[in-house]
Amino acid sequence: MTITSTTAHPTAPPGITNALLARKSFRRHLQLTLATIIIVVGAAGVLVPFAWMLSTSVKPDGEVFLVPVHWIPQRLQLSNFATATATIPFWRYAANSVYITVLVVIGSVLSSSLVAFAFARLRARGRDMLFIILLSTLMLPGEVTLVSTYLIFKYLGWLDTFNPLIVPHYFGSAFYIFLLRQFYLTLPHELDDAAKIDGCGYFGIYSRIVLPLSKPALATVAIFSFFNSWNAFQGPLIYLNTMEKYTIPVGLNFFIDTQNGTPWNQLMAASVLAMIPCVVVFFFAQRTFIQGAVLTGLKG
Amino acid sequence: MITTRSIRPRRTGSLARREEIAFYLFASPWLIGFLIWTAGPMIASLVLSLAHYDVITPPQFTGLDNYIKMLTNDPLVWQSLKVTIFYALGSVPLGLVSALILALLMNQQVRGIAVFRTIYYIPAIISGVPVALLWMWIFNPDFGIINNALAALGVVGPQWLFSETWVIPSFIIMSLWTIGGPMIIYLAGLQGIPQHLYEAAEIDGAGPWAKFVNVTLPMISPIIFFNAVMSVIASFQIFTPAYVMTRGGPANASLFVGLYLYENAFQYFQMGYASALAWLVFLIILLLTLLVIRSSPYWVYYEGGSGEGRL
Repeated sequence: MTITSTTAHPTAPPGITNALLARKSFRRHLQLTLATIIIVVGAAGVLVPFAWMLSTSVKPDGEVFLVPVHWIPQRLQLSNFATATATIPFWRYAANSVYITVLVVIGSVLSSSLVAFAFARLRARGRDMLFIILLSTLMLPGEVTLVSTYLIFKYLGWLDTFNPLIVPHYFGSAFYIFLLRQFYLTLPHELDDAAKIDGCGYFGIYSRIVLPLSKPALATVAIFSFFNSWNAFQGPLIYLNTMEKYTIPVGLNFFIDTQNGTPWNQLMAASVLAMIPCVVVFFFAQRTFIQGAVLTGLKG
Repeated sequence: MITTRSIRPRRTGSLARREEIAFYLFASPWLIGFLIWTAGPMIASLVLSLAHYDVITPPQFTGLDNYIKMLTNDPLVWQSLKVTIFYALGSVPLGLVSALILALLMNQQVRGIAVFRTIYYIPAIISGVPVALLWMWIFNPDFGIINNALAALGVVGPQWLFSETWVIPSFIIMSLWTIGGPMIIYLAGLQGIPQHLYEAAEIDGAGPWAKFVNVTLPMISPIIFFNAVMSVIASFQIFTPAYVMTRGGPANASLFVGLYLYENAFQYFQMGYASALAWLVFLIILLLTLLVIRSSPYWVYYEGGSGEGRL
């Protein structure tokens, strides 16, 4: 201390600077620790429901209704999964869900990427006005068209078929079109011009230049539409009447309707199975997906 | 003609027309879809809202009867609006603020941010029936974890989904589970704020609070605005959790307007009345959105000019 003060440089007293810096870094350290603690506690809060679901799904029947709660079951009853998938034709529902979702994802990606190309790359009279209409449909509550679309499908004889759940997705969806357009706009125009000189038509530019460069954005759309279709409930509930045609969400709801005294362990087992595809897809594609989610939110 | 050509060489007549045709070809899926799935049904639902239609007998034109009944003779309409607005007033501000706080904390260069971001985001991707079932079990008054935890603290927990008072707060608590969605959007916005703005503020002697109020908030206000509009709209469309968890009960205390509309259309088969209800919801959402947009010049900051024409 004394040495520092005697050898201190006249213009910049290092003792004071160091103390200031130390105080500042201490405050910074404290801030960081506090932030970390809150984040960790919050993350635990987010995970607790999942832990509770997993724990319930492997509990023996008697232990489900024990107070206080047993977090770790005394005995693992993995047969809950088998019982649950036998009580309702779960795998049948899963097959229906997979079939619908695959067709929805293909339709959404194909149609939305075409339309987005038009809005991002091609000039035409009325384009900007159409784009404003497209954006405003994003804010249109689905309720307004719910009844009359039902009547359209009834008129077409499509009630109790998968068509109402699949076909509309082949006409592009405003949200995905918007997302893809934002992405296409970031691709340099010089590429288009070069392709034109090489004799590419508009479809060539779309399929050979824009599509291959837009894989992350296309993947985001695919994942979004996967989640939406897989989790969809109201549509399947309205349009599917025959039990064999149910999707997983409708089947799960049916499960709880038909049981007196809910078998929570089986119900949670079935719920775990229903969530697995979403979680797996999310973990494989989360980097791309989060970037895409951010892209739409930020440019809104 | 020649001068136009020389000024804009790539927009000559036939080329421009070809590009225009290509535009309408590429956009045709959405253009057709817009007519079939949006514009057509909207007009149809407006017409239907002026009729009585039970699907079996042909529709009968009844003028404004549906609207008059809705506004003067159906207490459940007001109940459902009350429920929905109560929920929106609780969940929207709470969600926006807590997502923002979380994003601010994450932005402190906390270690393992990618892991936390993933954890917080998971609930946003698995919406729907399984989540509703899970929360029914969590809120179970006797065997659920919430009341068990409260009991450990010596508190007797409420009946949650079975209580007229607590059912909407239960839905609000559940909605907080999914703040990971808006949170990552805030986080990206925060990371996009140029560092030199903070340095300039520091030179001016700004403390952490002053920096937050004068730099951070204005810079991310467009995102707050976007999130606010979207979550208000979402509140008016809540269906799945209400249908699965409570069916609107107890005593209609969770009769969300989206659920009431569904019941009218697909359980009572009052297609005309349900359409009128849908238009009421639409008008309310439009009003609320306009209110937010109108208020935005006072609190939303857009770089490089006024906020006109945004969104």
